[in-house]
Amino acid sequence: MTKLPSIGKPISRLEGHFKVTGSAKYAGEYDVPDLLYGYVVNSTITKGRIKIIDTAGAKALEGVIEVFTHENRPSTAWFDFQYADMDAPPGTVFKPLKDNEIKYNGQPIALVVATTFEMARYAATLIKTAYAEKEFETDLESNLEKAREPKKGLASMLKPPPAKPTGNFEEAYRNSFVQSSGEFKHGTEHHNPMEMFATTVVYEGKNKLKIYDKTQGTINSQMYVANVFGLKMKNVQVIAPYVGGAFGSGLRPQYQLFMAVMASFKLKRNVRVTLDRSQMFTFGHRPPTLQFTKFGADENGKVNAIYHEAIAETSQFEDYVENVVNWSNMLYPAENTLLEHKLVPLDVYSPLDMRAPGGSTGIHAIEITMDDLAYQLNIDPLELRLINYSEKDKSSDKEYSSKELRNCYLQGAEKFGWKNRNPEPRNMKRGNKLIGYGMATGIWDANRLLARVQAIMTSDGKVELKSAVTDIGTGTLTIMTQIASDELGIPLEDITFSYADSAMPFAPIQGGSFTTATVGPAVKASCKALKEKLFRKAKNLRSSVLSDAKFEDVVFSEGFIFLKENAEVKISIDEIFTFNEGKEIKTTNAAMPNPLVYGKKARAVHSAVFVEVEVDEELGIIEVKRAVTAVAAGKIINPKTAESQILGGMIWGISKTLHEETILDDQFGKYMNANLAEYHIPVHADIHELDVIFVEENDDFVNDLGVKGVGEIGIVGMPPAIANAIFHATGKRIHNLPIHFDQLL
Amino acid sequence: MKTEATHSTSLIVNEAAYNLELLPWVSLLDVLRDEIKLTGTKKGCDHGQCGACTIIVDGKRILSCLTLGVMKNGSEITTIEGIANGEKLHPLQQAFIEHDAFQCGYCTPGQICSAIGMLNEAKAKTREDVQELMSGNLCRCGASKGIINAIMEVKGDYHE
Repeated sequence: MTKLPSIGKPISRLEGHFKVTGSAKYAGEYDVPDLLYGYVVNSTITKGRIKIIDTAGAKALEGVIEVFTHENRPSTAWFDFQYADMDAPPGTVFKPLKDNEIKYNGQPIALVVATTFEMARYAATLIKTAYAEKEFETDLESNLEKAREPKKGLASMLKPPPAKPTGNFEEAYRNSFVQSSGEFKHGTEHHNPMEMFATTVVYEGKNKLKIYDKTQGTINSQMYVANVFGLKMKNVQVIAPYVGGAFGSGLRPQYQLFMAVMASFKLKRNVRVTLDRSQMFTFGHRPPTLQFTKFGADENGKVNAIYHEAIAETSQFEDYVENVVNWSNMLYPAENTLLEHKLVPLDVYSPLDMRAPGGSTGIHAIEITMDDLAYQLNIDPLELRLINYSEKDKSSDKEYSSKELRNCYLQGAEKFGWKNRNPEPRNMKRGNKLIGYGMATGIWDANRLLARVQAIMTSDGKVELKSAVTDIGTGTLTIMTQIASDELGIPLEDITFSYADSAMPFAPIQGGSFTTATVGPAVKASCKALKEKLFRKAKNLRSSVLSDAKFEDVVFSEGFIFLKENAEVKISIDEIFTFNEGKEIKTTNAAMPNPLVYGKKARAVHSAVFVEVEVDEELGIIEVKRAVTAVAAGKIINPKTAESQILGGMIWGISKTLHEETILDDQFGKYMNANLAEYHIPVHADIHELDVIFVEENDDFVNDLGVKGVGEIGIVGMPPAIANAIFHATGKRIHNLPIHFDQLL
Repeated sequence: MKTEATHSTSLIVNEAAYNLELLPWVSLLDVLRDEIKLTGTKKGCDHGQCGACTIIVDGKRILSCLTLGVMKNGSEITTIEGIANGEKLHPLQQAFIEHDAFQCGYCTPGQICSAIGMLNEAKAKTREDVQELMSGNLCRCGASKGIINAIMEVKGDYHE
């Protein structure tokens, strides 16, 4: 039995057994009777319309049940807003098979439904489509004249637009002792979770569906299906206990969900639609982005002027925005700032949040510009960060609720051995290879939304908690169980956290590093309310020894309610249940930030990243040999799963900097490397020594658990730290990502 | 269902015999997942690019997505569901849990089967060897450190 307190202990994942034995079931794996298989056909042109779509050959095959196209698609909701999901950007949501118009290459244009997967896939090859093509634009750089301000919408709440200009940037920059400016190009990236996107729909009778979906929000998918297909919310149940990675790709309902539901609804059958790997490249991606920075500093290294502009791609139908340019002034308190973010609508699908959206883009440019300033000033890059350290978020003029970044710098530098760095580029060598040390800062929002949780205690003293939240591999199940365990004084073994079912109490989509800070306090609140219920019942027992006690005077532990002052005075949970005639005791509670107070302080997680690269100039090989990330993210509930989040983020950082990019051929408007052999991500041989430090950070403002979030912060500082290390190794300042060895030639 | 196109194929999967009528174009991966209902073996690309579908056939690790079911008539197959000894986990499964060698868990069955196959091959001497010989198994969550740590822990006792 695990000892309390459980918070802070490196508990192994509670679902681990299911994941290592193959018994964990993902969305496309549920065994349902008489299942039909759907296979999607995608547009081969980028823009225009379908003149003819001939499905006769496919339909003639034995085993093909139906082919859906825009010509025979069942009607769905009329209004645009009915298609909006919790992560929809301002604009008009894409509606699969709505009409004959082609908006982007790879757009789904038909769904074949057959009795086997192979038959559906084969039949899909027999569909003949004639198109009327139109001119299209898919290249960001040749369309910069179309850059415009983004539209604002609900999404702006979590992704604030750039702060208003302060001071006089132009003058301050012109008069700066040193100036650094840069232009940065990032390519397109796709999430590529290992699991293919899949939805299995169980047709449970008229107007009632049970859906196993690959999603980061069961209620988000439920709401979408109910709205689009005109069903009652209670008749749509979405279940997703195991999600094979998502990284943002499951924040919006993807088209396999629409397709599977449409077919199931129309055919009154159980239907599964699984997208293949190349189809994963046909919805949502990190947008290609151009950035321009100009930073000025005085002779002491104090940064007094900051200009940061981002120009990013979006689709023709939605204005996808992310926070690229707001971070610099949250870190460095310059008095003169000018921040801009513009969009260029192109003939592509809408971009989609991907791990640390905006942050992993913007901080790259900011932290390389800072490194360049440090070299110009002849100041150590770490020292320059300390010179510009601020306890305040200058951009909002608010104090941070907590900020232990200074200790991240110091502990990270110590562990890494930063003091052994010879600042001169090309001066550290190992054999014939150049060694470079680089560092950077990371920052990400510490946000919190509303969630509800139900707690149920049964007569055996065991507790079940219920929440619609998913666990996409972050450790949510384990962490929530730990929080409940400590609050209730009950061992982990006696708590069941039931989750990832839209029929359970509300939780928002799982993203933005806000899940633990959102659902955790709701778990705590419902456990506390359960204790209060138990305590009231204990007081009401005949001749109760606690009749005069107050709730604050008692503790719950090992099946008893004790007086804090005198452990001899106690009532057993058993006794309460006997009095309650064995009936379960339950409560549902919501938790959310106090709107009157929450906005009064700035809230963020921080990191300091130190990287050693080895560059073989003869063979053109760049390797990250060592990296240390020191993180201040409030209370760490589970150091084992939290460390894995940071390590995962660091590897994403290595990938973003040295490996991954989706290449679009503008002649065709099509992604050319839509597979895992040509979309490069690091393999085991690419990963060397990685270390994580969690710096102690106490924060009673963010929420009553003092937790922030660790999903994003691991990636943000890595790309600039690696690029800065490459500069230190080679003397070459490379601004574009990914960095390939040809840029070093 | 037997038809003119099907081939009678017998597979021994996790010590159980299956006599199947298979269409010749069905991959071993889809036979396992859709016919035998053993979904522990994962499909991550269906093109031999990711390693999620790795299983052990006649003692060797192979990619089940690049293998047709009918090719393995008479073979002994071990999938992730057959790695544990009843309720008792294989030491590598236990090590994966302890080292937090997964997050979402989707690549995990392939990683474990591949690692057992690699240990059987007995070629890996060093940590770097293990990293190299496991590089056919992608992990997007970035659990590399835990995966290699888990394998290194078990590797120590494996051959002696």
